[in-house]
This record gives sequence, C-alpha cells and structure tokens, in this order.
Amino acid sequence: MELTMQFKENILSDHKGPKQTYFSPYADNGGSIVAIAGEDYAVIASDTRLSAGFSIYTREQSKLYKLSQKSVLGCAGCWCDILTFTRLLEARMKMYENEHHKQMSTPAIAQLVTTMLYYKRFFPYYISNVLAGIDEEGRGCVYSYDPIGHCEKVQYRTGGSSSALLQPLLDNQIGLKNIQDATPVSIVKDRAIAIIKDVFISAAERDIYTGDGIVMHVITKDGITEEKFPLRTD
Amino acid sequence: MASAVVPQLPVGGFSFENCKRNAFLASKKFPLPNAKKTGTTIVGITYKDGIILGADTRATEDTIVSDKNCSKIHYLAPNMYCCGAGTAADTEMTTKLISSQLELHRLNTGRVVPVCTNYSIAARDPEPMLEEGKVLVRDAIAAGILNDLGSGSNVDLCVITKDGAQHIRPLENIGIRGEKQGSYRYKKGTTAVLKANIIPLDVTDTLIKPVEAEPMDTSG
Amino acid sequence: MERTLQPITTGTSVLGVKFDGGVVIAADTLGSYGSLARFRQCQRLMKVNDNIILGAGGDYADYQFLTSVIERKVIDEECLGDGFNLKPKSLYSWLTRVLYNRRSRFDPLWSTYVVGGLQDDDVFLGYVDKLGTAFEAPTIATGYGAYIAQPLLRDHWEKNKGKQTVEEARNLILSCLRILFYRDARSLDKYQIATVTKDGVTIEGPLVLDTSWDIADVIRGYE
Repeated sequence: MELTMQFKENILSDHKGPKQTYFSPYADNGGSIVAIAGEDYAVIASDTRLSAGFSIYTREQSKLYKLSQKSVLGCAGCWCDILTFTRLLEARMKMYENEHHKQMSTPAIAQLVTTMLYYKRFFPYYISNVLAGIDEEGRGCVYSYDPIGHCEKVQYRTGGSSSALLQPLLDNQIGLKNIQDATPVSIVKDRAIAIIKDVFISAAERDIYTGDGIVMHVITKDGITEEKFPLRTD
Repeated sequence: MASAVVPQLPVGGFSFENCKRNAFLASKKFPLPNAKKTGTTIVGITYKDGIILGADTRATEDTIVSDKNCSKIHYLAPNMYCCGAGTAADTEMTTKLISSQLELHRLNTGRVVPVCTNYSIAARDPEPMLEEGKVLVRDAIAAGILNDLGSGSNVDLCVITKDGAQHIRPLENIGIRGEKQGSYRYKKGTTAVLKANIIPLDVTDTLIKPVEAEPMDTSG
Repeated sequence: MERTLQPITTGTSVLGVKFDGGVVIAADTLGSYGSLARFRQCQRLMKVNDNIILGAGGDYADYQFLTSVIERKVIDEECLGDGFNLKPKSLYSWLTRVLYNRRSRFDPLWSTYVVGGLQDDDVFLGYVDKLGTAFEAPTIATGYGAYIAQPLLRDHWEKNKGKQTVEEARNLILSCLRILFYRDARSLDKYQIATVTKDGVTIEGPLVLDTSWDIADVIRGYE
C-alpha cells in the first residue's frame, strides 16, 4: 500500500509541469536536394552549404553519396545523422558486394534505405533522403523518403530545407501540372540539368539555408559524371 | 481613482493591456502570427567630419527571405538617420514616430534639433577620414552579409555631416543573383478558361478633362 | 544515471587555419566556471602524435576524459610497433563515432573539437561537436569565435586565394585571438598556439597577447 502511494507520488512529481531540457540530440543543418529521372538517365543535385542556426559551417559540403555505379543518395537534415546513416549504408553496400560479387541494384538499395530508416522508428535519423539511379532495365528512377522510412517511387523530387519551395515548381515544369492541353513528353537530359540549376538559383534567393554552390551527379549506363556550379554566398 | 469629481487623467506611453490576453490566446493554441524581422547587420561609426551608418538589406520570416532589398537606415531628421534591427514593423513605426516628434520639436523651437545635447566635437586621433570610414563600414556589413544567414543582399550607407545627410542605397551588391538558363514564361492558353461572360458596354459620350501636373510637396 | 546536462568548467573558442604545408590551431587558456574566470591555466591544445594536433572548447572535464582515452589509443598504436601511426582522418572519424554514440545515449560529451594534421602530404583540418556533427574546412572557429573570428579568417583566406605561409597564418590567428579577447567576455589574453608541418608538431605557450587599450579613452557615455 505504501509502495503504491510512493509510486503515485513519484509519478505525480515527475509530471508537475514542463521540465527544462538542455540537450537536444538533433540539429537542423539545412541543405536541399533535387532529383529528376529520365528515360535512360537520372540527375541528382545538392547545394553545398552546411549550416546551423544563423552560421555557415562550410560552403563546400556535398550532400550526395555515390552508393554504386548506378545510384546516388542525396541527404539533407541533421548532419550527424547523415554521417552515421550513410556510413552504415556504405558498409552494407560493401557487404552485399562481397557476398554476391555484384553491386546492389537501385531498387534493392531503395528497399534497404527504407529498412534501415524504419529500424530506428522511435529514435529516427532526422534526414530527408532522395535516391536517384538507373534500374536493372536501364531506366532512370528516383525514390524519396520521410525520416522514418516511408518510400515512394517518383519521376522527380525535392528534399531538404527548400523542398516546399521547389516541389511545386517541378510539379509545374516537369509534371506539367496546371497547364492546359499539355502533352506529356519525356524530359531530355540537358533540360533536366538546366531546370535543376535554375531551381537552385531560385532556392538560394529565398531560403537562407540553401546557397554557396551546387554539386550535380548525372547517372547514365556509362557511369556517373559530376559537375559543380556556384550559387550566391550571402 | 476615477470619480465624478476627480476625472481619470489619460496616461501616456504604450499600452500593455493586451499582453495578458495574447498570452491567454497563445495558451489556447491561437498564437500570434510571425512578424517580419530585418535580420541583423547594422553599424555606425564616427569619422573626422561626421557619422557613417551602414546596413544590409535582407528581411526574413523565419528561414525565408521576405525582402531582398529592404531599407534599414531610417530617416529621423535632416541631420539624423537611424539603423534598425529587429521586427521590421517596429523599427519602421518607432522611427516614424520619433521623426514626427522631432519635426514638431523643430517647428516649436525654430532650430535644428541636436542629436545629443552635449555632443563633443573634439577631434580624436583614431578617427578615420571619409573614404577610410566608408571602406570600414562596407567591410563590416559585407562580413555580416556573407557570414550571417540573417543578413544578405546589399550594403546601404548613410553619411551624415553638419551640412546634411547622403543616403547611398545601394553602395554595393554583395549577394549576386545567379543567371537562369531557361525561360519560364507561359504560353497563351496555359490556364484553362472555365467560363466566359462578356458584358458589352455602349459608349454614349466621351469627355476628356486635362489635369494639371502638380509637383509633390517634398519640403520640410 | 549520471548524465551531463550542462557544461561546468568551460573553454571558449578554438581557432584553426590551414597554410602551405601545415595547420595552425590556437586557443586561450581560460577555464570559465559559469561567469567566473575560475582557471587561468587550462591548456586546451594537445599533441596527439607527430602529425596530429587537437584543440577543444566546451566542457573541460569531458575534454580531459577524452584526452586520456586518446593517449591510451596512441600508446596502443605505438605498442603494435608496425611502423604505422594514427592519422588525422582516423582520429577525426573516431571522434565523430565516440561523440555520436554519447549523444545517442543522451549522455553527451559537451565539447567541440578541432583536429589538425598532415595525412600523406595533404593538410587536414576538421571540426567535431557534441552531436557528432563533423566537417572539414580550410578555416575553423568554434564557440564565440564562429561569430567573431570566422568571418575574418574566411575573408583573409579568400583574399589570399588559399595560399599563405606559416607566419601569415600565425599572425592571422593571433589577430583573431586578440579581437576575441577584446569582445568575448569568457576569454583570456593567455593562449597556446600549435602548428603541425612535415617537421612535426610544436605547441607554444602559454603566451600572453600584446593588447592595446588606446581607444578606451575615446569611448564615451559610461562616465
């Protein structure tokens, strides 16, 4: 009986209003990702600004990770989680390669990302992930995730601090949404690259966490090529 | 205490009577909307012949840039300008309020209102010359624009001497917009016409009345 | 369970910059106890081995704890006697894991680290904080220095297009330390400065900054 009383009291005293906590395990380090899938290619790009609060940590941090010859992952959000998550993922890539004597296909990586994110469902990696690559049939594909592992296969996607600014723009320019009598055409590679550059220029205008530079990976059956472009630095 | 015999005198200053109400509403999940902030970087220095003020031109709402070229150096009087950082509406309205009070004071006293009643004009050694001073202020604001995410775009300057003020806006563009490759103009017919209703208007009479151009009153 | 809920004795900024053929890192020697300038001889720079230096800000006890672990690590490496040494990127990577693990257990090591060194003729400068957030950059400033010194370091770096001698780098760091001493209320004019080049590591100090208060009599309004 007394124990019950004590227990009750403890519970009550533990819930006597809000407690100040000093430590948060998460940080928002900003950054944006854009990816577009075409017929036989995929393009993915990130900005290169790493920041926290109102400070810039560095102006030249790529947020893209080459996972295989055919797929690249873009990550934005909590940088310490990104470092950890991508390191584990890269280890899993090597383990698969050693076990099966081939590289993992893009759809298989897409599933692995889901599994690894959901594994930490109740202490999540605070990351916006976008995976771009070409699948086993040689078609471009993009997969987008929420922080706890929901996965969606799409034709184009934005992620990170500018995602809400850029996604409607891509919906209009690539998805041809809200355009009367638009005939859906597959987008050519050069146009995809040009659109990505242009939307990053726009994002840098209005989002304080996007800027400094763009790093872009173009994935085709011949491999991955890398390009860099400057953005405004203010 | 107010009564019929001793009426309540009106009190001056700001009224805080809504603070409690706002806190109550916020606790009931009706928080105040986020105000536009002017971000940060502003500086002021004295130089040999006067004052140099400097500011960046970015205004933000949380993480979004809401104004890429706002003016943060506010006019107070011909011999007074004021840099404002904080909530944009507050800096704008307080400087306007002060400006109008200063103008009334000037009209009442019939002379230029001094910034400070015991301003000493003794020349000091470390004080820079005009060009040096402008470079110093420009560098300070540029450092803010490049390194602080709350500051951005351009450097504004204001040089105040005993002969008056010179508002240089902008002095320099630091954050330079990238050049787009594509054209994002829409073709005619992009937006669907759901319904058309044309109301014909008959012109029964035409009357042209010339209006004489009147220059805006800028004295004062 | 004992957890660090707030830092106790703290060190302020650590500054680091690359130069041609090496890195220089500096920090003052004040151990603050809240607003009390409690310890004036807190040395926050460490020689890890002949090609790595480490600087720390934030909780001093956590830094001392980690120092002892790193020292043990270096001794273990030496005992292997295989002719290989710990390299800066390894230490940097290891630090991210230790700090990330502690943050994931909600028991963080409340401090920030700057790693400098030479790795196969490449100059390395990296930052790791209490969450395990890590990045490399040519100029690094932690704590209050991130606001006051970093803009100056970057400006200098860009004006010199990333090229400077060890003397230029040292002078730059010293001018930043001086400005921090003028404006950071938790700083001191006593400091240490460490350099790493292919000739090895040197840690100098505690030295005293030469400061000038000539402008003090120009400041008005407080009399």
